[in-house]
Amino acid sequence: MESLANLIMGFGVALTPYNVAIASVGVFLGIIIGVLPGLGGTSGVAILLPLTFVMPSTSAIIFLTSIYWGALFGGVITSILFNIPGEPWSVAATFDGYPLAKEGRAGYALSVAFIGGFFASLFSILLFTFFAPPLAELALRFGPPEYFAVMLLAFSTFVGLGGGSAVKNLVSALIGFLLASVGLDIVTGTPRLTFDSVTLLSGFSFVTVCIGLFGIGEILLSAEESLEFRGEQGKIGLRDVITTVVDIFRSWLTWLTGTILGFWVGVLPGTGATPASFMAYGMAKQYSRYPEKFGTGVMEGVLSTQSAAQAAGIGALLPLVTLGVPGSPTAAVMLGGLYIWGLQPGPLLFIEKPDFVWGLIASMYIGNIIGLLMCLLLVPFFTIILRIPYAILAPLIVLLSAVGSYAVSNRLFDVWLMLFFGVVGYAFKKLQIPLAPLAIGLVLGDMTETAMRQSIIMSRGSLSIFFTRPIAATCTIIALFLFIFPSLRIMFPWMRDRLWAPRGGG
Amino acid sequence: MRKAEIITSAVFLLISALVLYEAKLLGFGWGIEGPQPGFFIFYLALALGLSSVVRIVQVLRDRGLLPGTKFVSAKAWPEVLKVFLPMVGAVVLMEFLGFYIASALYLGFFMRWVGRFSWGMVLLVAFIFALSHYLVFEKWFLVPLPKGLLEPYIGL
Repeated sequence: MESLANLIMGFGVALTPYNVAIASVGVFLGIIIGVLPGLGGTSGVAILLPLTFVMPSTSAIIFLTSIYWGALFGGVITSILFNIPGEPWSVAATFDGYPLAKEGRAGYALSVAFIGGFFASLFSILLFTFFAPPLAELALRFGPPEYFAVMLLAFSTFVGLGGGSAVKNLVSALIGFLLASVGLDIVTGTPRLTFDSVTLLSGFSFVTVCIGLFGIGEILLSAEESLEFRGEQGKIGLRDVITTVVDIFRSWLTWLTGTILGFWVGVLPGTGATPASFMAYGMAKQYSRYPEKFGTGVMEGVLSTQSAAQAAGIGALLPLVTLGVPGSPTAAVMLGGLYIWGLQPGPLLFIEKPDFVWGLIASMYIGNIIGLLMCLLLVPFFTIILRIPYAILAPLIVLLSAVGSYAVSNRLFDVWLMLFFGVVGYAFKKLQIPLAPLAIGLVLGDMTETAMRQSIIMSRGSLSIFFTRPIAATCTIIALFLFIFPSLRIMFPWMRDRLWAPRGGG
Repeated sequence: MRKAEIITSAVFLLISALVLYEAKLLGFGWGIEGPQPGFFIFYLALALGLSSVVRIVQVLRDRGLLPGTKFVSAKAWPEVLKVFLPMVGAVVLMEFLGFYIASALYLGFFMRWVGRFSWGMVLLVAFIFALSHYLVFEKWFLVPLPKGLLEPYIGL
């Protein structure tokens, strides 16, 4: 019941005119980001992060999360109408969404995605509201060994369950950690890996690196394929909405499994909306009475993917708020924001900054309602954005990225770094090295190292401390298993096909 | 693709060697106040080096891996450079001319060169962009952007 009282307090924070306006602007920008195929949610949040520097921290997090909700809604518009995914997490929505649109039922397909996704969000936020406080309470008792074990677990899920090449996942995470350690050593203050350069003393800014890797990288990638948008018309009528609600009731099981699966995948550190949407599609198909029809315009195909994607988006914030560990790359960018706003992410936020935490939770409800309304009413407007020619859009995104990188510490050196990491991001994508572990390694690097060093100082150099405390031991053992798991996969090839999980960010 | 894979792994191996060297200078053992500054990065670099070697072995052993795929196809190269080089040019210009003029030039150039827009359209979009950025960042969000040699003349 205490949660309920807190939630009401949170609504008091989130419903102030300023914060509602911030949320609306955020959702609006988020939908635009979602609709544009060359601009992903992660880079969108990173590019717009500097705008939050002048906001109070609660409004800042409401702004960033609202962008995320908007992008989660918006990606599916491009998928259904143009057969081009607006976001990585809406790839699976093209499978059945576009066939539906070609039949002339675009409005129906869109409203299934929006309304199904909205209810998935709502259900997930309810789960969030009641799971977050006990989890934070548990996390309050964490010491450095527990924290290190949780981080280890976060990274092992990439390597063990991330899909794709385990070695590549590991390499990506390690590079992220190494980038994080450039600059002054957090414990002793010794310069590390700066190679006597003064510019590198302050280390790599997380925002700059992310804008480069995700934003510029995506622009370079999209340069290869000349995008042309020829799509279906979509307008949602009242009849579409009514049939949708009836149909969702009929396939409630598909919706519920997609939502719960999505939420759980979102909570797992490092995996976000993208793998969730693929898994949900696979599951909906497997347990359907007519799996052979999937891919030809089945409503469940759209419903399952979008529910899972939006549930995962909410779930990804759960470990972020309670532990300070991001559940998805986009959440990692938000974690970078928390540090910049001068907040110490983790369970203490619930005690020290209840207005921040509960304002955020309340704003999730509000942001998703705004998102649903905007999407239902403004689809024709958002598709106009896709008519902006690439020759204007690409330089515009580049310039916005440059402003974002520059604004972090007001030096052009960061803009050069952004270009450099843009090339790195492009190369990584071409080589299918996932970027998510790198981003999360970079943002968690300092915390992980501090936790590790404090732990072994506590134990005077013995690693046994990670195995003798119950919570730490559980996490460490699961993590070690997940690290070893991929090598088992190599030794026993039959496991490879069964336990395949799609890679991806979100 | 195989070549690109091996080259990147080699680069990672090089980075790992560099970090190991740095860790050795910093000390990676047990100091007076616990682990020395090089401790964490030493093990990171070790793991990175090992992973790179594993990757190289994987690529060399598995001949059927990634058959026929190219890192960047010959057709795509000019397209990518066409987008990338103007970006570099824009940042170089920013060093001298400041953000506003450099970005207007970059946007206009790209529109004209890639998009083949009419000069009127180019000028209009570039001008609106510079002005709206000035208003949004300088005035509204109070983010001063780099200025060059020309802005003082118009009183900015």
